[in-house]
Amino acid sequence: MFKNFTGLQWKSFFRSSSLGKSLGIKIFMGFMAVYLAVSLIMSGIGAYFALEKIFPESGPFQIINRFLIYYFCLELFIRYFMQKLPVMDIKPFLILPIKKSSITHYILGRSAVSFYNFLSLFFFLPFCVVLLYKGFPVLNVLGWLMGIIALVLTINYINFLVNKSDRILIAVATIIGAFYALEYFDIVSITEYFGALFYRLYEQPYLVIIPIGLVVLVYWLNYKFLRTKLFLDATLENKTKEAQTSDMAWTRRFGKIAPFLQLDLKLIWRNKRTKTQVFISLAMILYGLIFYTMKDFGPTSPMLVFVGIFMTGIFLMNFGQFIPAWDSEYYSMMMSQNIPLRDYLESKAGLIYVSVVVMFLLSIPYVYFGWEALAINFACALYNLGVNVPVILFFGSMNKKRIDLAKSAMGNMQGASAAQFLVGIPLFGLPMILFVVLSWVGSFQMAISVMALLGILGFALRKPILDNITKIYAKKKYGMIAGFKEKNS
Amino acid sequence: MVQIENLTKKYSSKLVLNIQELNIPKGQSFGLVGNNGAGKTTLFSLLLDLIQPSTGHISNNEVRVDQSENWKTYTSSFIDESFLIGYLTPEEYFYFIGELRNRNKSDVDALLAKYEDFFHGEILGQKKYLRDLSKGNQKKAGIVASFIGNPEVVILDEPFANLDPTTQIRLKGIIKDLAAQQGVTVLISSHDLSHVTEVCERIVVLNKGEVVKDIQTSAQTLRDLEAFFSGNTSVQVTDLNTSEESI
Repeated sequence: MFKNFTGLQWKSFFRSSSLGKSLGIKIFMGFMAVYLAVSLIMSGIGAYFALEKIFPESGPFQIINRFLIYYFCLELFIRYFMQKLPVMDIKPFLILPIKKSSITHYILGRSAVSFYNFLSLFFFLPFCVVLLYKGFPVLNVLGWLMGIIALVLTINYINFLVNKSDRILIAVATIIGAFYALEYFDIVSITEYFGALFYRLYEQPYLVIIPIGLVVLVYWLNYKFLRTKLFLDATLENKTKEAQTSDMAWTRRFGKIAPFLQLDLKLIWRNKRTKTQVFISLAMILYGLIFYTMKDFGPTSPMLVFVGIFMTGIFLMNFGQFIPAWDSEYYSMMMSQNIPLRDYLESKAGLIYVSVVVMFLLSIPYVYFGWEALAINFACALYNLGVNVPVILFFGSMNKKRIDLAKSAMGNMQGASAAQFLVGIPLFGLPMILFVVLSWVGSFQMAISVMALLGILGFALRKPILDNITKIYAKKKYGMIAGFKEKNS
Repeated sequence: MVQIENLTKKYSSKLVLNIQELNIPKGQSFGLVGNNGAGKTTLFSLLLDLIQPSTGHISNNEVRVDQSENWKTYTSSFIDESFLIGYLTPEEYFYFIGELRNRNKSDVDALLAKYEDFFHGEILGQKKYLRDLSKGNQKKAGIVASFIGNPEVVILDEPFANLDPTTQIRLKGIIKDLAAQQGVTVLISSHDLSHVTEVCERIVVLNKGEVVKDIQTSAQTLRDLEAFFSGNTSVQVTDLNTSEESI
């Protein structure tokens, strides 16, 4: 039975339409996967030595143990957003003569070999090898590793039980926050406490029974839960959330684009993929920390222009690059309705303007790293407003690939094509080249001012520019309608 | 109201639609029947300028649909579920369509009140998004949305499919009323011969992209059509008719 299921799984993977994606995306995804794996392995190897350097007073192994609890919480958090529960695939088997218990075991078993479980192995395995190399006793390290793997699996199954419940997500987030607060204000040292707990696992390897017992327990809970829910009307049925209606009266003040603005806001808020992108965009404001804390870059490095464009324009890119594919499900309706295409595009542009302003406001704290940081981010925000918004809308006219809004959010490359990769060149390349050239012939101040001026100019001319983009969209209408109809692209 | 001239549509040398001339006067209820692949949806898509004709053109109230967009103000349609916006509730969808057709909330509410019967309490106030409604209920919402804003031309592709019997009967009443009382030109396609003969004054049969029959509906139309689609010759049709008369 398991062999059969696995065979079907194999076919569903290799015959899936996603495998028919363009070669470029496949290579890109493969590259990303290898990159992720390699960087995890490297950090697994490097972690010991790096921690030894940073915290010479306490052993690296103890440090790792202390932060494991945060790691596990974070993992649950990430899994909540990214991991897909493989429940829907089994609908056709329900009416076939297959025992429900074996279906259940199969689903649960398959999730054990999920990509996410291997992610942590990529880190912990090399780390343990280093431990052994450093002369830690084999048996103890092995017990510890086993314990970690068991805990990772436990999280895997807990995520199953959580089953995308927002309430539990908020609870987990609160717990992480509370832990951090307790730690920060020196009330209770959570990391110390859990660190000691995990260290016990190393000291007494036989304690590995506890995490293994945990896995067995959550597996059993999952089994109980799933087995009784293996009916069409229970878990398999798409959960229908109660609709929240709101008339968003405040959008009225935007005049004729108001209906589209309302539609876009509902689009973003009521669909998982778009909603996740909002959170990702907000989180990306921290991206700059990586570069600003590195001493290698001066305060006026072109790399920081890249960071500025990226941080203030992350939503512009994430959302903007798939305009108008977001509306692909009902694009033929939009095109046969009494819709002025210009208002439609103006509403999208307006939404992106707001996002750029919000992201800039969030980036203000970077002034801590010097006034140049604020100047760069401000110039980049203006440049995004004036130049990159029209650029992304223009590239949007090349979108012909459908996006199913119901599909999950992360790692979903649906709707992506070569245009999505090409668009990065003008978005980032142009301002960086501009900056490099101008600061070379002139000065940092001059380069920044020119970028800002370009942005202001583009913003001032947005009406005629949008008129021209509208014409392009109108011209490409038939191709878009036909493209958006193709479901398996 | 609708004029079709020399209209053809080719997909890589395969001719899927070829209509020399077809005129649909204002206020007519026009039915389109034909087997799968006969070109019904292609014709409707051309009417809505969703695809481009290979040759010829369609005029809607003297407006060439492929050259101007002015026809959109008085034409509305429901082709399939892709005309619905899944993440809206039915009410929000109706108000959105109303907004596009310059109708405010109370106008839309007034219109919806007229179709309370048709909705059968399953559309309004359900706190559900359109994507979570059943196929039949989605269809109901889409059909009623196409009546918003006093359109002069209403295009419905397969409106009877997926509907329950009660709703089918009510829909027939609504369509008849639209054409007869309000002078709306209604274009529908259907696989159900009895529905279409009951509702439409005129029926056009498409076969492999060509108009093979164009009839004013009469008492014997249904038999004619049934005979045509069962592949019988017209001789047998007359036989059937005479036999019925003799009874």
